Amino acid sequence: MTFASLAFYVFAGATIGAGLGVILARNPVHSVLFLITAFISVAGLFVLMGAEYLAMLLVVVYVGAVAVLFLFVVMMLDVDFEELKKGFADYIPLAVILGVVLIVEIGFTVAAWRFTDSAELARQHPSPTAGQVVTDPTGPNNVESLGLILYTDYIHFFQIAGMILLVAMIGAILLTFRERVGIRKQDVTSQVGRKRAEGVEVVSVPTGKGIQG
Amino acid sequence: MSGIIDFLTTRDWSIWWVGALSTTLQTLALMIVLLLALAFLLLFDRKVWAAVQMRKGPNVVGAFGLLQSFADFFKFVLKEIVIPAGADKTVFLLAPFISFILAFVGWAVVPVGPGLVVSDINVGILYLFAVSSLGVYGIIMGGWASNSKYPFLGSLRSAAQMVSYEVSLGFIIISVLLLVGSMNLTDIVNSQDRGLGIFNWHFIPLFPLFVMFFVSALAETNRPPFDLPEAESELVAGYQVEYSSTPYLLFMIGEYLNIVLMCAMTTILFLGGWHSPIDLPILNAVPVFWFGLKTVFMFFMFAMVKAIVPRYRYDQLMRIGWKLFLPFSIAYLLLVAGALLYIPGAADLFHSWRAG
Repeated sequence: MTFASLAFYVFAGATIGAGLGVILARNPVHSVLFLITAFISVAGLFVLMGAEYLAMLLVVVYVGAVAVLFLFVVMMLDVDFEELKKGFADYIPLAVILGVVLIVEIGFTVAAWRFTDSAELARQHPSPTAGQVVTDPTGPNNVESLGLILYTDYIHFFQIAGMILLVAMIGAILLTFRERVGIRKQDVTSQVGRKRAEGVEVVSVPTGKGIQG
Repeated sequence: MSGIIDFLTTRDWSIWWVGALSTTLQTLALMIVLLLALAFLLLFDRKVWAAVQMRKGPNVVGAFGLLQSFADFFKFVLKEIVIPAGADKTVFLLAPFISFILAFVGWAVVPVGPGLVVSDINVGILYLFAVSSLGVYGIIMGGWASNSKYPFLGSLRSAAQMVSYEVSLGFIIISVLLLVGSMNLTDIVNSQDRGLGIFNWHFIPLFPLFVMFFVSALAETNRPPFDLPEAESELVAGYQVEYSSTPYLLFMIGEYLNIVLMCAMTTILFLGGWHSPIDLPILNAVPVFWFGLKTVFMFFMFAMVKAIVPRYRYDQLMRIGWKLFLPFSIAYLLLVAGALLYIPGAADLFHSWRAG
């Protein structure tokens, strides 16, 4: 048992445990927290497989941004789950049918599953490639080799993905944008550009007369 | 001296438990040094504000108040932990621990001297970015679990604020990466050592980004003038309202450790890490000296900002983040990329550290 294989079992166990927690937790906020734990454990698994760049990206994008917004929304929504669960039993027949269909489908998929010879070979290892990643120290590292493929062979897919994200972003902004007329907005440029002479005036006020006099 | 360095840098993985044990000891050494340094940095922070406000600051416990932080520590630890009746107990107690642990986890990749780093990974800067983006969870969980209005408002504010400023932080980091050509933090430091000392540091070609990074770091760590998650004039103490004794202490240590981490990140990205400003061997004799000095200098800047600048309004904060910093950092990124591509010799000049 090497340290890496120990780490693998810890991360794998945490992933499955947190995944179960997502669907079993009664409180939706706890579910999201379990989801975040699952993401982080998967990032740990990626690191063990030598895909460190992917691992960090998973944490930055999913945990650092997407899950925060998730948590944000779930906390803000004040959903009464007891109320939602009231008519739950009415749907049991439908749920059973759907469940059976799904299980049968998964069964067929697994039954028809074939492992390639290389996969069989890989299984001969005592533990998943954990900790045995042999990288050429002079060659391109994980990030560089990803870049070398992504910006050459797959440049068109990369750009198309970028375009789709851009369109989605503009669409989201457009959907939530509403023009409000008649509101007063702060103009920072004019505020900062104001001169002292326009704002402050030094006067000597005669006693008993005031400024007006 | 060299014996200590050897102990801190070598790991024998031929027997797995020896490797694991030495790694643990090295990590512990870093943690203890950090906590001790933090105790005095806290005092330094308070002394700076006191000096700006023409007060004396803490001066009772120990000579010049040097032991003030330790006295505070014991006071926090010995008080009773109060948990609000409607609070989600598990999350309520988990939140400060997450804040505290995440603040330490980031330090694993910070090289404080040549070879003096717990884990010298290839994607170091990305790791730091990832960990600093996780810091929001401690605050948001603490605010929600308190089951009270002010903490909840504070945590919502901080979530929006930290997510906003991460975007421009990311673009600033990418600009630095273009000049370096590597994500390894040791490489980033070494790339600023091309024989000219201070003139090779990245803050000269990237000066606007250096300023933007500093301001974004203030926002990312919820420091004044961007301390809206705990704005006492509106939210009492924001997400920390319901916290007392040890959990509060953990929150505070986590917060300050994050600030020091951001200072260290600025040092590594823009101020040449552990290299001395004048490239002489004698000045580089003490390993961690320059790194410590630069980090403390950045911390001094953080303290001065807190003492001098009044708090921003929330919409102004968002305006700076999205309407100023984001377009500016993208524009500068394009400028840097274009310069490296089209000015002959520019890329070779900045990447010349690889040859040496």
